Amino acid sequence: MTVHQLIFIYFAIAMTGISLLVVTRRNPVHSVLFMLVLFVHIAALYLFLNAEFLAAVQIIVYAGAIMVLFLFVIMLLNLRREETEEKFHRQWPVSAGAVAVLAVFFIMIVSKIVVLPALGEYSIDAIRSEGSIMTVGKVLFTKYLLPFEIASIILLVAIIGAIVLAKKSTNS
Amino acid sequence: MVPLSWYIMLSAVMFSIGVFGFLARRNLIIMFISLELMLNSVNVSLVAFSHYLQSMNGQILVFFVITVAAAEAAIGLAILIAYYKNNPTIKVDEINLLKG
Repeated sequence: MTVHQLIFIYFAIAMTGISLLVVTRRNPVHSVLFMLVLFVHIAALYLFLNAEFLAAVQIIVYAGAIMVLFLFVIMLLNLRREETEEKFHRQWPVSAGAVAVLAVFFIMIVSKIVVLPALGEYSIDAIRSEGSIMTVGKVLFTKYLLPFEIASIILLVAIIGAIVLAKKSTNS
Repeated sequence: MVPLSWYIMLSAVMFSIGVFGFLARRNLIIMFISLELMLNSVNVSLVAFSHYLQSMNGQILVFFVITVAAAEAAIGLAILIAYYKNNPTIKVDEINLLKG
């Protein structure tokens, strides 16, 4: 049991516990705040996996932007009445059964994983010699240039769609 | 060295918890948060594969997943606010205007 494995076990237990807290809290603000803690853990896990730039993006985009958007929306809605009622709807045992089946399916998949010998060109030393951001940027702007442009269109659609949906209708 | 299957197992556990939250909760905001949880668990497994195969493709895919997740959160929450103006509830079993 090496130090890496011990640290990973801490992360696995903490992330599982925090995920359970996220889906079981009554107050959505608590869920969002636990989700923030989970994102920080995920970012730390990315650092283990040699993806420094992704860890920074995880913190900035998820923790900084998306979760703040959730908090603003919770603030806009009046949720006092919801806090006193049932958390789960009546059919929740059915969904628990579905999740159990899904978990068995996942266990069957994980037991069949064959780890191929690492043959790619982006070994730890190769990434370290160029820097994580430069490596990601070179791949993103050459091989994945078209998907990158499509992603910008998706973001534009999201911006326009959010404005159109959320603005007050003027012709009422 | 941590084996790859540990990361996949962690990702599977987080995904299952996210599916449970999405299916069982009544609160629409927490359903959205469960959706983000599922996307993040997939991201963890993609980055783990990318590291163990010494490839960059997984990390690039994670960028696009984060982009789509941001767009999805913005649109979904805008729809939620638009609905809430007409019908002030966010409980999924009371959002039944389309019920025949």
